[in-house]
Amino acid sequence: MEFSQGLISAAYILAALLFIFSLSGLSKQETAETGNWYGITGMTIALIATIADPRVDNVWIILVTMVVGASIGLQLAKKVEMTQMPELVAILHSFVGLAAVLVGFNSYFEMDHSALANFTDQQQMATNIHLVEVFLGVFIGAVTFTGSIVAFGKLRGIINSSALMLPHRHKLNLAAGVASFILMVVFVQQGGGDSALFLMTFIALAFGWHLVASIGGADMPVVVSMLNSYSGWAAAAAGFMLNNDLLIVTGALVGSSGAILSYIMCKAMNRSFISVIAGGFGTDVVVDTDVDYGDHVEINAEAVADMLSGAKSVIITPGYGMAVAQAQYPVYEMTQALKAKGIDVRFAIHPVAGRLPGHMNVLLAEAKVPYDIVLGMDEINDDFPETDVVLVIGANDTVNPAAAEDPTSPIAGMPVLEVWNAKNVVVFKRSMSTGYAGVQNPLFFKDNTQMLFGDAKVSCLSILDKL
Amino acid sequence: MIIGIPKETLTGENRVASSPTAVAALLKLGFEIQVQKGAGTKASFTDQEFIDAGATLVTKKNVWQSDIIFKVNCPNIEEIALMKDGAHLISFIAPAQNEVILAALKEREITTLAMEMVPRMTRSQSMDALSSMANIAGYRAVIEATHHFGRFLTGQITAAGKMPPAKVMIIGAGVAGLAAIGTAGSLGAIVRAFDTRPEVKEQIESMGAEFLELDYEEPEDTGSGDGYAKEMSKAFIDAEMALFAEQAKDVDIIITTAMIPGKPAPKLITAEMVESMKTGSIVVDLAAAGGGNCELTQAGKVVNANGVKIIGYTDLVSRLPNQSSQLYANNLVSLTKLLCKEKDGTLNIDFDDVVIRNMTVVKQNEITFPPPPIQVSAAPVAPKVAAKQPAEVKAKEPASPVKKHAFMAAGALLFAWVTSVAPADFLSHFTVFVLACVIGYNVVWNVSHSLHTPLMSVTNAISGIIVVGAVLQVGNENPLIQLLAGVAILIATINIVGGFVVTKRMLKMFRK
Repeated sequence: MEFSQGLISAAYILAALLFIFSLSGLSKQETAETGNWYGITGMTIALIATIADPRVDNVWIILVTMVVGASIGLQLAKKVEMTQMPELVAILHSFVGLAAVLVGFNSYFEMDHSALANFTDQQQMATNIHLVEVFLGVFIGAVTFTGSIVAFGKLRGIINSSALMLPHRHKLNLAAGVASFILMVVFVQQGGGDSALFLMTFIALAFGWHLVASIGGADMPVVVSMLNSYSGWAAAAAGFMLNNDLLIVTGALVGSSGAILSYIMCKAMNRSFISVIAGGFGTDVVVDTDVDYGDHVEINAEAVADMLSGAKSVIITPGYGMAVAQAQYPVYEMTQALKAKGIDVRFAIHPVAGRLPGHMNVLLAEAKVPYDIVLGMDEINDDFPETDVVLVIGANDTVNPAAAEDPTSPIAGMPVLEVWNAKNVVVFKRSMSTGYAGVQNPLFFKDNTQMLFGDAKVSCLSILDKL
Repeated sequence: MIIGIPKETLTGENRVASSPTAVAALLKLGFEIQVQKGAGTKASFTDQEFIDAGATLVTKKNVWQSDIIFKVNCPNIEEIALMKDGAHLISFIAPAQNEVILAALKEREITTLAMEMVPRMTRSQSMDALSSMANIAGYRAVIEATHHFGRFLTGQITAAGKMPPAKVMIIGAGVAGLAAIGTAGSLGAIVRAFDTRPEVKEQIESMGAEFLELDYEEPEDTGSGDGYAKEMSKAFIDAEMALFAEQAKDVDIIITTAMIPGKPAPKLITAEMVESMKTGSIVVDLAAAGGGNCELTQAGKVVNANGVKIIGYTDLVSRLPNQSSQLYANNLVSLTKLLCKEKDGTLNIDFDDVVIRNMTVVKQNEITFPPPPIQVSAAPVAPKVAAKQPAEVKAKEPASPVKKHAFMAAGALLFAWVTSVAPADFLSHFTVFVLACVIGYNVVWNVSHSLHTPLMSVTNAISGIIVVGAVLQVGNENPLIQLLAGVAILIATINIVGGFVVTKRMLKMFRK
């Protein structure tokens, strides 16, 4: 079956519209599921239309690779633990990056190099633009590819999650940018030169690696969403090379939405958007551990259970520690037990809690915590003074009072959940070690704070037991 | 070292400086504890309870020979005479009024920490006995008022008729004032409160009372920087008195808590105001010990002035002896923890710690009162911080707009050049691109925070659209291109399917 050109265009327009609906659907809880279906439908229409394009040959390769790819993707998605979500998203981004690189190369190889000499000015200009598109597409794709792999490695724990600190790292980044630009000029001048393209690819791969390697693990939510944006731009660049409007529209949609998402995150962390994109932000930090914060007070599960039973309102502030300990189910059961006693239980989620934007919401949703008691920082921050008990489960930097109180702190100015205003704070933690930002947390030493050491899941279960 | 807990000798004092629980906590810090026989009786702690907690019971003579004495009230000269030379004393002292006592302590080289000198800092809150006691006093003030007040506090509409709620005015919204607001409010009264510090308006309102505003603005800041109120100007006081005179005619109960550390209590309720109050009304004067806020107050007594009762009890805290002793004992335990960080049963008077420095009024043979001032209240310090921040921001700011504009200009130039030379085909694609960017921006801007992850995974799936590019290329005769395109299709499909399925999985979990 082959479609006419008009039919294909119509299908593309439809697909693009469906993608827009999909994104706008995903911005509200009620319409989210429909949004996902719009996306799937759009993708299906786009694929059928493309495969039915008369220019497309070797359909069997397409079908075979697609079936294989689909089954792998299905397996991945079915198996993944919700706590490993960030890793999955990161590695999927790298696939888009790699695909963009390959499409870019193909597009370059497809060009008829011999015809170059006979071009008119107009054709010459078109070729130049095409070469620039190829070059940019490969560049962005390569950066996305290695960047995502590093992000994946860091989230997985394969790569050390602390920020890599090469000497002159900003200069290195700049050098990579400048070198790539020069190579692009050379590449276009030559009318396409293999060596320039390959050299640039290599630089871009190294650049992508370094870019993410020099960002600390705590900033991974921003990085992941930034890479998401990059993968979109890579697709858009591919669209330009192939003169395909659908790719351009979709790529631009993903690119700009990812950029906005990163921007929202950055605002939540009070960081400059530019410095995140430029890489290695928040790392010019001298951590002083000499300050004496006083003593912390320990508490046991039984006492926490007592405290909770006597409370009227409880707020639970989860962080990455809850994800690591897989504590979301016992947390949910604890919530149920407390609610059964008529205690008001709510969740306070910091915008950058976890390793992926909204990571906590997904985990809590997995454990069936109703989403209307899960509140964002802005919604709940004023309620802490009227709260009897706050349970901080595996969160650290997002509840650090130093951000609000100590102007010299590396995280100064970052809006945090002001849990210390509550009457009692219980911090679930494995040890007294610092969080991802590597900053000591004065919260632990406050008079109304008590520490419950141990694995968050075990702690929650034993509290549940005592309730 | 041995800590001694003597029996309090002041008339009407029912408290004791420790509790069985506190004894256990002090033992853990490495101290030995001696309790005078019968010390806790009035506070409902039996001697047996102290023994069970691990304390030794001793005579009056022996208890005063301990290395460290914990007391509630300042010891008198005779008691100091019983103490060992070079011992330690922790108690309420009122150092500004008690020069004789200070001199006597200095003579005997008794290092003394005054409990009323705990600075109002977050760190030292757990030792702040003034606050813990004021809380009790505030509660008790309302209870005493209710006891003498011949009416309900809450309003009721019954079959036999309607009873209006009582109106309570509370002057001074410190800890005692706030506690009184809470208590009166929970009994159902209409509560109004006044304080010279406008920043406590929020606290008053948070307790459910109405903040009485003054038609006058004090030119300066009214907090003194140490968390307590300070004396006000003449004009302010006039405005204040006018407000009280007006309120006195309306309210049924007045509770005054205005105290300025180290100074006699300000006279806020005049005899005329009392006269203007309805018969049966009550004034509770929590400042009675410091001279009273009401002109007619007599310390320790209830005065009946033409049907208006003025309660001047100075032992309100002592009227809840068990719990006030417990809280005071806990304050002392927290202080001991600060003084004995090593948990080895010795005290370390470390003058580098502002809390300890501030509290110490006698160190060996030296009177160290008054301490150097420390600023602890957040409000008065704020202007300084605010002044500092803009400076920092300014230092950063100028660079970025210049850069931004330079980038924008460069971008605009580049774009102009490209459009002037590029073929129409490219421009039409570019138009599509720009419009799509804008749509993406608008669509995502209002995304609910909880959906960030699903949104990201759906955009991730959608970015797999790159597969279209690969599909278009796979038909090429060049086997290399076929191979690369094949690989691209494979991984892009993983991405598409994986992304959509995982989004679906996530969204299924969200539920109300």
